[in-house]
Amino acid sequence: MAKQQKRSAAGRKPVVAAAYLLADADCRRIAEQIFKLSDADETEVRVDSVTDALTRFANNTIHQNVAEQGASISVRTVFDGRTARATTNKTDEESLRRVVATSTELARRQPKNRNLLPMPGRQKYPAVRRYFEATAAATPADRARVVARVVKSAAGRGQTAAGIFSTGAMESVIANSQGLFAAYRQTRAEFSVTMMQDTAAAGNSLGSSGWAKANAPDIRALDPLALAGSAGQKAALSRAPRELTPGRYTVILEPAATLDLVGFLFYDFAATAVMDRRSCLNNRVGKKIFGENISLWDDATHPLQLGAPFDGEGMPRQKVLLVDRGVPRNLVYSRATARRLRKRATGHALALPSEWGEAPMNLVLEGGGSSVEQMIQSTERGILLTRVWYIREVDPYEKVLTGMTRDGTFLVEDGRVVCGIRNFRFNQSLLEMLSNVEQLGPAARAAGEEAFEMVVPAMKVRNFHFTEVTKF
Amino acid sequence: MFEFAHSAMETAKARGASYADARIVEIRQRDLSTKNGEVGTCAESESLGIGVRVIATGAWGFASTDRLTREGVQACAAQAVAVARASALAKKRNVALAQEPPHQDTWQNPFVKDPFRISAERQLEVLLAADREMRAVKGVTLAEAAMTFRRIEQFFASSEGSRIYQVKVQSGAGICATSFRGAEIQKRSYPNSFGGQHTLEGYELVESLDLAGNARRVGEEAVSLHRAAPCPEGTRDIILMGDQLGLQIHESIGHPIELDRVLGMEANFAGMSFLTLDSLKKLRYGSEIVNVVADARLAHGPAVGTFGYDDEGVPAQCTPIITAGLFTGYLSSRETAGAIGERRSNGAMRAESWNRLPIIRMTNVSLLPGDWKLDNLIADCDDALLMKTNRSWSIDDRRYHFQFTAEIAWEIKRGKRGRMIKNPSYSGITTEFWNSCDAICGRDDWQLWGTPNCGKGQPMQSMPTGHGAAPARFRNVRVGVAFSG
Repeated sequence: MAKQQKRSAAGRKPVVAAAYLLADADCRRIAEQIFKLSDADETEVRVDSVTDALTRFANNTIHQNVAEQGASISVRTVFDGRTARATTNKTDEESLRRVVATSTELARRQPKNRNLLPMPGRQKYPAVRRYFEATAAATPADRARVVARVVKSAAGRGQTAAGIFSTGAMESVIANSQGLFAAYRQTRAEFSVTMMQDTAAAGNSLGSSGWAKANAPDIRALDPLALAGSAGQKAALSRAPRELTPGRYTVILEPAATLDLVGFLFYDFAATAVMDRRSCLNNRVGKKIFGENISLWDDATHPLQLGAPFDGEGMPRQKVLLVDRGVPRNLVYSRATARRLRKRATGHALALPSEWGEAPMNLVLEGGGSSVEQMIQSTERGILLTRVWYIREVDPYEKVLTGMTRDGTFLVEDGRVVCGIRNFRFNQSLLEMLSNVEQLGPAARAAGEEAFEMVVPAMKVRNFHFTEVTKF
Repeated sequence: MFEFAHSAMETAKARGASYADARIVEIRQRDLSTKNGEVGTCAESESLGIGVRVIATGAWGFASTDRLTREGVQACAAQAVAVARASALAKKRNVALAQEPPHQDTWQNPFVKDPFRISAERQLEVLLAADREMRAVKGVTLAEAAMTFRRIEQFFASSEGSRIYQVKVQSGAGICATSFRGAEIQKRSYPNSFGGQHTLEGYELVESLDLAGNARRVGEEAVSLHRAAPCPEGTRDIILMGDQLGLQIHESIGHPIELDRVLGMEANFAGMSFLTLDSLKKLRYGSEIVNVVADARLAHGPAVGTFGYDDEGVPAQCTPIITAGLFTGYLSSRETAGAIGERRSNGAMRAESWNRLPIIRMTNVSLLPGDWKLDNLIADCDDALLMKTNRSWSIDDRRYHFQFTAEIAWEIKRGKRGRMIKNPSYSGITTEFWNSCDAICGRDDWQLWGTPNCGKGQPMQSMPTGHGAAPARFRNVRVGVAFSG
């Protein structure tokens, strides 16, 4: 895969990404045009441009294949403590004039917001390199050739493959009339595959399946054939699954499963959530509520993270220790929330105006030294989970989540994987789960479907609560 | 705008496409919200662009752009053909479409009051009035209210000669009171949770809801839940009110009948379906009183799954999904209709916007009314739980096993509605559950509910769907598992 991508990048000019993105200078020109059109006390402009392409396959054939290019210009005006936002994707002068007028009209026709702060001025940002030409240059044919190899390997194993291979790039700029200018450019490649065994389309709803997914800013960091091989092995290993009785089991969560569960905690660390009394951390900050081996950071500059190093107001994102050895120590704060609570802003604001305040978007859960294999070897009886699915919050204060296991659920006995099992429904408190972690793997960039990507480890957890079982 | 669409199709055909369609879509949206007496969100957006879908070398390609110039549109169409040619590198057979005659038509949903002609100031006053009422209740720790309005204007043209102009105006509004006390967070919403009610209407929807008039009750119920008895664990008869039943229909009927799921096309993300092709007209989906349709026609009502034509240019239709308990129909597209022996799509292809590919989506999947009156149904229960307003929902990726929690329930003992119950939950297997349905209320209690944000597809698309439902009873359902801890 890596070799093939290098050839693609060298052999063709970029046709997907770079040619369609707005340059910093274009964004600055649009911002300055907006500033001239606005008579507001203060004006903020956000310019985003995106070019994405996604090749989708199922039943061992490409069945959907899409590409998009677009830009948006979002204007926030402030008049005497009132603010509103208007957004357009048209860049002609009349449209820019109209978007300013719409923002103005909305801002002026509302009650004064006593918590609104003046816009921030010029800021400094840490450098992050998250744009790679090899990703930006990927063509539909590049992706299709990889997919052709994946589906050929699936067919060779008597399996059916479904998944996606996507590549794209984005440029994001925030500028305001106080002189702030922040720009960020990123590429992103993602490959995800589900391998199905004995599940001829529409013929058998009880067949087994395996799944794998990864993403990175540099396409050369992905190995789709290896991911497909892993998913295929899981599908084969989980054929004819056994049904186990629901109850409490030791579980080994692969990183994607950890991600999609722990990811549900992110907004609880917003100071606004605690202020609104809807966080599971209400009255719990500073108290030990997780195990000693749990430490959690928000760190936008972590080498395995993606995303801009600035927040929705253009403030630099700071590294924040959220949980220190089981104790929630800090929350994240927008400028407005920080002022209300007499704290320091951490650079985690959402774009204004917003009732949600702020959120940590770059979570890093510290890992340990155990591999998944070592976790399996040390387990007398337990369940190995590839991924979890359709997770919803049942109890927001005890942080009870429900969901299903999916695409690779295995019984572990006497230190080895014995067989696939029918998928379980769980109802599990995250507070309890993170107090019962026995082993941690190295923290890795994980990709799931329920939470945004984070850096998390695999983990072995005792007393995980499965409440019911389904039919496959 | 049709000129751009035709220009795109001419380019696609010149580059070898055997079929092409183009959708030019302009969406205007207004979002307003308040929280604890302050304005939260106050925003408007507009988005205009073109999506070009082609078949070339027997495979699909799709490209979209917001550069609505002749050059931009032609480049977009050329890219769609290039994408299709790449698709052919991993192709098993040529794409074939079910026949559809060309249509030239204009369609717009009726509405009384254009929400964009009413000032945001006036709309925020309505939200703030409801907010004040909720916070007037001691114990309410968070009061939230929101409105959203959309105007969707679409030009569709195909290389087969269709030329369709549609305009849809959609409104939504709702309030929510949350109460934190001790170690418990409880909430109540009106008229539904997760954003309230959403319909294909104008501002008259908001006026009909009387948000402020219901706000104090909502706050009082949220606070009262702290003192309520917990949901018992075991087996009970349950009555689901229409707001909860709408989502039950969505998850356990609407999604399983999507033919792309059934055929494995969504296997990597949204999942598949237990409704394999051999189950059509054979599977006993529900009891004999269960009748479900997927109806996109205006005659069904002003729901968010109503339209004149789907995004392949197929007219809105009514498809019987469950007929006297028997499974009788899927939701299909022009590409998939042949898989079930149909010569024509039943018109369920929809796209979130100009930059997304149409995929099979629910229209208005509705449980048809029965003949019970709610009071009589309650009187007919000896030991049951009446559950209202969804709080959480989850179902496996083949749609067998589900679990729902509701915001509130009431105990029914010997035909009388009694004490309030908190943390109600129920779970089951889809077909067992629908076969346990033995009573459905009538037209007087039947209402179309809007689910505004159904997620599906890669890249993800959010789509509003409609669900008609009246209160219904289900026998011997497992309850209380979610909080069994």
